[in-house]
Amino acid sequence: MSIELSQFIPSFLEESFEGLELMESSLLSLQPGDDEAINSIFRAAHSIKGGAGTFGFDQVTEFTHLVETLLDEMRDGRREIAQADIEILLDSVDCIRILIEAARDDTSYDEDKIAKTSQALEQTLNTSQSVTSNENSPKADSGLTLWNILFVPEHHLVQTGNDPLLLFSALADLGFLSVQAKINELPALTDMDAEEIYIGWQLELKTYASEADIREVFEWVEDECRLEISQMEAVNLPAEDVPKKEVNTSEEAIESSPEIAAKPTAPSEKDDTPSPLSQSNQQAPTANKQDKSSPKAKQEVGSIRVGVDKVDMLINLVGELVITQSMLSELGNDFEMNKVERLTSGLEQLLQNTKELQESVMRIRMLPISFAFNRFPRLVHDLSKKTGKEIELVIKGEQTELDKTVMEQIGDPLVHLVRNAVDHGIEFSDVRVAKGKPAKGTITLDAYHLGGNIVIEINDDGGGIDREAVFNKAVEKNIIEPTTSLSDSQVFDLLFEPGFSTAKELSDISGRGVGMDVVKRNIQALGGRIQVESTPGKGSTFKVNLPLTLAILDGQLVRVGTETYIIPLITIVESLQAKSELINRVSGDVILYRLREDNVPVIPIYQLFNICADSESIDDALLVVVEADGLKIGLMVDDLLAQQQVVIKSLEDNYQQVEGISGATILGDGSVAMILDIPGMIQLATHRAQRNQQVNIQTKIAEGETV
Amino acid sequence: MDIQALATEVPIEGEYSLEGVDFITNGEQYLTFLLDTEQYAVDILCVEEIRSWENPTKIPNAPIYVKGVINMRGVIVPIVDLRLKFNIGKAKYTETTVVIVLTVESNQKSRTIGFVVDAVSDVLNAEENEVKAAPTIGGCVPLHFVTGLINVGDNVVTLLNVEALQAIEKHKSIQG
Repeated sequence: MSIELSQFIPSFLEESFEGLELMESSLLSLQPGDDEAINSIFRAAHSIKGGAGTFGFDQVTEFTHLVETLLDEMRDGRREIAQADIEILLDSVDCIRILIEAARDDTSYDEDKIAKTSQALEQTLNTSQSVTSNENSPKADSGLTLWNILFVPEHHLVQTGNDPLLLFSALADLGFLSVQAKINELPALTDMDAEEIYIGWQLELKTYASEADIREVFEWVEDECRLEISQMEAVNLPAEDVPKKEVNTSEEAIESSPEIAAKPTAPSEKDDTPSPLSQSNQQAPTANKQDKSSPKAKQEVGSIRVGVDKVDMLINLVGELVITQSMLSELGNDFEMNKVERLTSGLEQLLQNTKELQESVMRIRMLPISFAFNRFPRLVHDLSKKTGKEIELVIKGEQTELDKTVMEQIGDPLVHLVRNAVDHGIEFSDVRVAKGKPAKGTITLDAYHLGGNIVIEINDDGGGIDREAVFNKAVEKNIIEPTTSLSDSQVFDLLFEPGFSTAKELSDISGRGVGMDVVKRNIQALGGRIQVESTPGKGSTFKVNLPLTLAILDGQLVRVGTETYIIPLITIVESLQAKSELINRVSGDVILYRLREDNVPVIPIYQLFNICADSESIDDALLVVVEADGLKIGLMVDDLLAQQQVVIKSLEDNYQQVEGISGATILGDGSVAMILDIPGMIQLATHRAQRNQQVNIQTKIAEGETV
Repeated sequence: MDIQALATEVPIEGEYSLEGVDFITNGEQYLTFLLDTEQYAVDILCVEEIRSWENPTKIPNAPIYVKGVINMRGVIVPIVDLRLKFNIGKAKYTETTVVIVLTVESNQKSRTIGFVVDAVSDVLNAEENEVKAAPTIGGCVPLHFVTGLINVGDNVVTLLNVEALQAIEKHKSIQG
């Protein structure tokens, strides 16, 4: 049994989590009489149980067994599907997840919750003529037991790849094992087939393990042997007589023959698990292995499932690339000037191949956004139960693809936004009916591509944002002056200010201190934006605009003096030639440019970065107006160059973070160009201005003293 | 242009590279280089490559001795002018100006930085006991950069601590 099973554990975990997700989503949409849904839930539970058994995750097996029994009754129509049952099953899904995670990380878990849920499950089962759930539990008390095992394999057993020696060493891991061969069936030497097995065995095993544990050892050969397991007597030996097993012995035991392996080896006990589920305090050998492999599993978190079509496409493209390459190298072998045309067309082909290859490789990292959306049906279900609001969740565009890294990091902000929509957006049913709206509120999640970006919309048909309340709150919190006049969108942007919460009382759903400012910051860290639209009485929409990938950026190349910089295209509002009559100088040295109604402060890049520029005069200069943190500024540049996609490279790897610079990239000619970090530049300019002011004040004071 | 013909002209490795270098040695090997007229050395195992000077891309508001960054086969490598850092000689950039690219692994992170020097001179063999302590009367080179001194004939070579060289002081965010 101790074949290197541990190598399959990561795939088991992955499949289990997928199974759990399937169970969850099917449970949420379960309608009475929907046999297909119940079947798929049952299948998922069954494969988790089977897998967990194979890998020795006993707690998982036992718990899932209860769930499976309940599901089985539903499947056979012995039980009506009640809402209460579904709730219990949903809780069970959580429990199985907790158990599997605990088994994966080898950590402790919330035993109370598991115990409570399993009790609830058992109660539910007992209300009908349910099958006994735990046939092994009465025998699984912790006393030492002497088992008598008769094991007579069929002659062809070894031909199916099974080895009795391995079985015995697995048994020896459970306790004291003594082996006696029965050779009475041995044929005469002339009749013997060297590839068959004729021996039977009589085994005596003194162990803490339950019958189920022993049977598990024979799981793979059950159908190919005669197996009789009987309990001889309960041996009341003090526990110390069976020495605690060291971590490594399981491997030693595998190598040693069963006779030698009969030396005292008992798997380590887990005495920190007093819950009824963990009665079997023996762990199968593989569980010991798990101790060692779990840190590895944690490191391997980053795996992606890629569709075969995507891989096929890649292989096709690589094939074409190879053809192009061989064509070019043949051309280069014997090159004459009259072949220039062929060279150009070959290079064009190479360009095409490379582009397609790049796109395909990027697509491998792309996953449909349903991975992020999947958790919301459950979330909304739970929230609506908790708040007593009736809510329907509509999900659209779940096939829209998004980079895996972005997906992982957008999950939490989205959860926050959905919670917010439930808590603050949707009204209670009576209020809704009074307003003439359907009693059931609707939250819509939508995702779609727009240019090089993905837009995720979270829409609710609730009361909308109370503009006045937001405004007053902001005044109260000293975020703005009472006299400020703001546009609607500027008012809604106040929601994302740190320390802002309009909820009249804190609820444990959204008002938990982590505010919308964190949401905004997270989204900005991904290079995205968030916008709010709201109509009083009709509801609000939060639009999250994200780049498709973090590795590539759409940039505008600009030139200042001899240097080339890249401005992220997403930050650019517009580019224009400054007209001298629209330039104003205020408060000393600040240049303001009148852009329609706004006064946009101008930052000359050459000044900020201490470099030389072609032209240091603002008149007729080129301005790139960018926006960050809700602030518009004009960057003064010498020239606008091309727009292109650039691959972001880190400066921190070999150097350090540079203020105003988010990274570097390599341009087509092999030179390096810096990517501008607009919020960082604004900060840099602000700091510098503050310091200059202080220096001024200090020199003033110093002058005053000398006078 | 016949590539095959070109390929045969390229000398087989070993014909050149082994010549004049004594590989049979017990001690450490050091690469020596010139800053103005003074000789310095670094552990040869840290040397990634030696390249000719090319104009790097400037890093905004960097210290004066950080000349910028270059693209070394897809990796962004900062360039530090040792002459400016130690204030030795004049920082002129001619055809013989070279950049020694050094890689050091510390805390499981490797860092690659190029250093501008006047010229690369030799590979030096030295046993550990040949490395003498540096004088405490410091010159332009701060003491923590110096591992020791090695006597080579009549000359003295200053052995530099590569890890210390690679530590880059945090930017002063505002410089006037």
